Amino acid sequence: MKKIKWVVPTFYIIFLMLPIYWLLNMSFKSTTEIINVYSLWPQDFTLDNYKTIFTDSTWYMGYVNSITYTVFNTIISVSAALPAAYAFSRYKFLGDKHLFFWLLTNRMAPPAVFALPFFQFYSSVNLFDTHIAIALSHCLFNIPLAVWILEGFMSSVPKELDETAYVDGYSFPKFFFKIFIPTIAAGIGITMFFCFMFSWVELLLAKTLTATIAKPIAAIMTRTSSTSGYELGLLAAAGSLTILPGAVVIYFVRNYIAKGFAMGRV
Amino acid sequence: MNKTLNQKAWFFVIPVFALVAFNAVVPLMTVVNYSFQETFGSNVFQWEGTRWFKEILNSERFHASLGRQFIFTFIILLIQLPLGIAIALTMPKKGWGVPVCLILMSMPLLIPWNVVGAMWNIFALPDIGFLGYSLNSLGFDYNFTQQSGDAWFTTILMDVWHWTSLVVLLSYAGLNSIQPAYYQAAEIDGAGRWDIFRYIELPKMKKVLTLAILLRFMDSFMIYTEPFVLTGGGPGNATNFLSLDLVKMALGQFDLGPAAAMSLIYFLIVLLMCWVFYSLMMKDEGRT
Repeated sequence: MKKIKWVVPTFYIIFLMLPIYWLLNMSFKSTTEIINVYSLWPQDFTLDNYKTIFTDSTWYMGYVNSITYTVFNTIISVSAALPAAYAFSRYKFLGDKHLFFWLLTNRMAPPAVFALPFFQFYSSVNLFDTHIAIALSHCLFNIPLAVWILEGFMSSVPKELDETAYVDGYSFPKFFFKIFIPTIAAGIGITMFFCFMFSWVELLLAKTLTATIAKPIAAIMTRTSSTSGYELGLLAAAGSLTILPGAVVIYFVRNYIAKGFAMGRV
Repeated sequence: MNKTLNQKAWFFVIPVFALVAFNAVVPLMTVVNYSFQETFGSNVFQWEGTRWFKEILNSERFHASLGRQFIFTFIILLIQLPLGIAIALTMPKKGWGVPVCLILMSMPLLIPWNVVGAMWNIFALPDIGFLGYSLNSLGFDYNFTQQSGDAWFTTILMDVWHWTSLVVLLSYAGLNSIQPAYYQAAEIDGAGRWDIFRYIELPKMKKVLTLAILLRFMDSFMIYTEPFVLTGGGPGNATNFLSLDLVKMALGQFDLGPAAAMSLIYFLIVLLMCWVFYSLMMKDEGRT
């Protein structure tokens, strides 16, 4: 029993890696090779696709744009959600349960529903095609998620911690920043991970709210593939590069994922 | 935890409330506004009452995409939950295998959704994709751009690839929170592997599993980008899910009234389903 146990996760990981490998494989081929030759690895290894991306500013600015609004969004979501989650985990107040559910309903709202009104709304407040517009619009689903996860972490911290601190003469802000935030650092880490993740992978709103200046990389990919025919090699290289920031973030939160999840809603 | 009554807690909630309301209230009211009117372009609107709602609720097109959506979500939950639990159960509990598994398994979750679609598109193409080429050389007549069955198969496989890891991560965390004492007690009682799973692990995972069902239901019900890039809703209308249909109507044909009415109906369905899940989950938390 013990010996065959690793078979399931191993096969699963192979299954997960296959499409990623295929993308990488194609990113090192020229478009003509992709179309004409079927091969499991590049016959004529080339870095041209990556060179194009790193030298053409319409390409690499896409990555800068995506990372910019994702970071904005993560900061806004988590810093707004921290006090709110504290309130939900510690206090009863008028309409708290309804408010909590109302927040969650926004996580449930299909982005497709909001695409057009968002376009009109952000145009009318002169935020169209700015990074902050995407960062704010992603708050729609990231703030509810952040509040939810953080509330779970905070509820697992016993209330005696607060009370002891007050007895020791801590003011609320001092307690909150000096004691409480370090206590739930893992929770904040995992929340940031989720905010980053959902903002990074979202395309529909990001694409709707931008034209040129703040265009995310994902939207640039769709444009290029439709106008200049299928530049498969370039597309594959651009796609491969979008995996990178995610991989970096996972590497940093890898310990939080294991411990963090267990501390949250479990 | 017993919470103290404190109305001042509202001050803590104001930033969140303001940010979400900013995003939710005005656009939602815009949708509500459109749903009762007919637009002729150049900002001329005419009151239509509930006409669009009646039309949508009676339209074959809406029934078809709603049906497809429910079948898709049902299949997704049916595959991903058992698979995710099985993988979490067999994952290593300590040692170098843990970070390796966690990092590799989280990868699909952090890939932009249209890249997932594009990746699966080139992976599944019958002439140049590994999956398509292999299936065809094994003798299957596989072409997801032509045959609706294959399109469904590919879309489902893609979603399994994309999201099963979320269930794995949640279940794994749930399993890790079980104290070793439970297992020792089970061993003393002579419980078999199945009994341990049925009476210890499954009840302990109940909360994370409800969360997993809730998240997977919501996201698979709202799926848009991946099938849009992979199949574009085709062949024909075979994989035309609700979101795809909605965007086609709103941005493609610019039928704002019907699209808005459909948005609201869509939103209400998701809301209702989630309210049911949410109440179940909260009832549980209240009891334990």
